[in-house]
Amino acid sequence: MALVRIPGPLRTLSQGDSTVELKASDLRQAIEELDSRYPGFKDRLLDPSGNLRQFVNVYLNDEDVRFSGGLDAKLDPKDEVSIIPAVAGG
Amino acid sequence: MASPNGFTPDQVARYARHLILPEVGGKGQRKLMGTSVLLLGAGGLGSPAGLYLAAAGIGKIGVVDFDDVDASNLQRQILHGVEDIGRPKTESAADRLQSMNPDVEVVGIREHLNSTNALDVFKDYDIVVDGTDNFPTRYLANDAAHFLGKPLVHGAIFRFEGQVSLFDSAHGTPCYRCLHPEPPPPGASPSCAEAGVFGVLPGIVGSLMAFETIKKILGIGESLGGRLLLFDGLDMQFRELKLRKNPRCVLCGENPTVTQLIDYEQFCGVPSYEPSEQASA
Repeated sequence: MALVRIPGPLRTLSQGDSTVELKASDLRQAIEELDSRYPGFKDRLLDPSGNLRQFVNVYLNDEDVRFSGGLDAKLDPKDEVSIIPAVAGG
Repeated sequence: MASPNGFTPDQVARYARHLILPEVGGKGQRKLMGTSVLLLGAGGLGSPAGLYLAAAGIGKIGVVDFDDVDASNLQRQILHGVEDIGRPKTESAADRLQSMNPDVEVVGIREHLNSTNALDVFKDYDIVVDGTDNFPTRYLANDAAHFLGKPLVHGAIFRFEGQVSLFDSAHGTPCYRCLHPEPPPPGASPSCAEAGVFGVLPGIVGSLMAFETIKKILGIGESLGGRLLLFDGLDMQFRELKLRKNPRCVLCGENPTVTQLIDYEQFCGVPSYEPSEQASA
């Protein structure tokens, strides 16, 4: 089970949950799984052509997936996926 | 009268706890006193950052903010008091910083930053501290700091969570656009006014920003360049992510396409801020 960390701005979608454990072999599948549990995630994370939206960053452990396999990045059970949105509050 | 080491007796007394630290000492304290810092926003983040920078004896602090103090600011913007409601934040901030440390030169800049004035405002300062509250100004600050080769200390907050980093793209670190190439579309991320913010949160994040700024000036420790520090106050956890310099970054990559400052409010076609919220949520 990989652990997905949900940031504050997206917790309205996850009914307030800050972490979600799910079974997925790669990141794309994890996003599908997340969306099936909490509809709306896919639209927030992926653009219409299925790529990661530019203003959302997804990290696998402490690495940006854009530099390490993208949506095809393999997930191990102990991996942590973090969604890092752009926030601007000051 | 100055002592042989260049400090007045008042300064020796004021900075005694710095002077005794080997990592600061007389040499470091003189560096702090010889450095200018531009604070973008005298709001939630700018308040603690400004107070600690002034207390540390930074030579000159520029404060950019266009707002007046509002009662709803006082829950977290500790530069301002009840008696300041209705005053320009630049004036209120200058009074408070000056009373904390009369050695510091405080310059109030009561302007909206935009593509025509940003480079001119930034050029007189050594380091920029970004405590603004909207995406257009954050991109403007990132790009202007990059064009001028100045380090930018980044902090941002949302409800109970914060992010801190240091961007010094002219000297090898990633920039804000390596992380977020373009701003999110308007409405994709709520403002503090819409989302709420836990009052003490900017106290933590703004203090970390002051810490990074002072470390950068002194050249001590490990900077947050290339790292994004995440703070979650509800879980009371800090986490750290690696930031990579993106070779395809539109600003600091190998073939940059952003070669001049952009006013994103025009680009996005809608106003980027409410007048009362600029640079200070």
